[in-house]
Amino acid sequence: MIRTLISSPSFNNTVQKWVGKTKDFILGICMAIIIVGVCYIILSPIFGIVSRAVMTPEDVINPLIFLIPQNFTLANINYAIIYMTYWRSLAETLLFAGAFSLLHVVICSMVGYGFARFKFPGSNAIFAIVIVTIVVPVHSYMVPLFLNFQFFLGTTINLLDTWWALGLLTATGVGLRSGLYIYIFRQFFRGLPKEIEEAAFIDGAGAFYTYVKVMIPNAVPAIVTVLLFAFVWHYNDTFYTSLLMPNNRLLSNRLMGLGNNFSAGEFVFSPLLIQMVVFAGVLLAIIPILSIYLFLQRYFVEGLERSGIVG
Amino acid sequence: MKMTLRRREMVLGILFISPWIIGVLIFFFLNLFQSAIFSFNNLHIDQTYGGYSLEWVGLSHFNFILFEHGTYIRQLAESVFQMLINVPLIIFFSLFMAILLNRAFLGRGLVRAIFFLPVVMATSAIEGSLQLIMGMMMGGVSSVPDEVMRAQQGFDAQSIAMMLSQFGMPMLIIEYIIEMIARLHDVIRASGVQILIFLAALQAIPPSMYEVAQIEGATGYEGFWKITIPMVSPLILTNVVYTIVDTFAQSEVVATSRDMAFTTVYMGDGVHGIAFGQGSAMALLSSLAACVVLLVVGWVISKYVFYYN
Repeated sequence: MIRTLISSPSFNNTVQKWVGKTKDFILGICMAIIIVGVCYIILSPIFGIVSRAVMTPEDVINPLIFLIPQNFTLANINYAIIYMTYWRSLAETLLFAGAFSLLHVVICSMVGYGFARFKFPGSNAIFAIVIVTIVVPVHSYMVPLFLNFQFFLGTTINLLDTWWALGLLTATGVGLRSGLYIYIFRQFFRGLPKEIEEAAFIDGAGAFYTYVKVMIPNAVPAIVTVLLFAFVWHYNDTFYTSLLMPNNRLLSNRLMGLGNNFSAGEFVFSPLLIQMVVFAGVLLAIIPILSIYLFLQRYFVEGLERSGIVG
Repeated sequence: MKMTLRRREMVLGILFISPWIIGVLIFFFLNLFQSAIFSFNNLHIDQTYGGYSLEWVGLSHFNFILFEHGTYIRQLAESVFQMLINVPLIIFFSLFMAILLNRAFLGRGLVRAIFFLPVVMATSAIEGSLQLIMGMMMGGVSSVPDEVMRAQQGFDAQSIAMMLSQFGMPMLIIEYIIEMIARLHDVIRASGVQILIFLAALQAIPPSMYEVAQIEGATGYEGFWKITIPMVSPLILTNVVYTIVDTFAQSEVVATSRDMAFTTVYMGDGVHGIAFGQGSAMALLSSLAACVVLLVVGWVISKYVFYYN
């Protein structure tokens, strides 16, 4: 009787269904564990920094306290604001990153359009040079870069510590990750149908007019992607700013000097106390970029997927 | 002036890319060339009239950094070695995570946002603080010395390694696993962009391919190796290149060359100056190493890349 039961198709089906369900269930649990774990690793530094930034020294020393402070204080954050000249630096950094990301969009979209739509002898070989500029590390030519801006055109004109140095690099498409943006724009423009331009050409529009009035409005996803990435990377960059603007007052630079400034200004020498103020500074530095990310998160993630890097 | 259509197109194209042509000639190639020249010369800065003069010293800078400098060679080797370990880890991890994220589940958008968070916060200014706080939060293998760790967490890598070796696992693989766990934090932080690129690639695979395979009797495992891997293989190449460039920019040897190039040192004869020449040589040599790795790895991978169209 058992043999007939096992070999009956309905029983077989039920067994298979249950096996499948159990498999899915176990797989789901494994997935959940992995994803929650990885998310914890990514998020925990942020929790840790927030909690340390609002703790009093007593709480930090107390081994019984983990994450949730017993005595809440804003003293560390106040110190960080004073010694980073926070509001001034923040305004300057936002202006700096905003201006340069806009410049990136203007220049790189133009160059990308040139590569995408116009065929001239060797255009593919020239485009390969764009890839070379992405791949060759900047630091391999940092010394001449520094010296050429210190003695601009071989004279005593010193462009270091001004926005001109990085501005010239960005305006000529060799700034911070410019090659990548050119690549993104080229891929995006190549994906657009040719007909929209041809219609404009036939109606008598010039190439530049077509680019501004027809192509740019169609390239909004790529523009948003480049704008956001350029903004974030300029906001976070320390390589170019410390090389070309050694005495800059941007947020990332002020953050690096915060520990020393606080120690010297308040005569505090305990590493533990200095560390707390540095954590408060880190918190202050990431809040603006984090809030931008929270609001525009969709555009970051989707932009990269649609901008044409893939395929 | 009358122009043919081809000629007009050519002129317009060059006009559009002209800013970049100027930039790449003046700021890229000229600087690269000068960097090579500097590495064979001593630089003397003329503060009053501006500019600098060169003094040919031949290969002595390279001689210095290769045979006299205390740590450079070791750091260079270590940076390349670290890169070779990290890159496959990051690629495996990001492909794995992309496949997980490609399935539908509750809160997928939120998880995707969290995974991309490290890219937004990646700056060397807060890197040190993040490492420190990470040690505090995990108390884990990556940050705390063995003894302290055992006291705090009751977990020690040593016993796990012992256990694995008693199972008969080769020491090489055990070391790699332990390294992997120790690097988990770095790997996760470094793979934000890669996960997104893989995710987009996975979504571009037509579902009909999997359906056909299933009807023909292929298992999910076979589907992965015969469909998923070939279809994402062009993006594996892209991601490997991106990862190598990104990892190298943060490596130790780059920091050393920077310090060498921009720190004032005693130059002999009562003169203090900056060793621009030696700095150039260091930077150039390390970049060369990175480019060689890039070329070799890129060449090997491109042999296995499958292009659908």
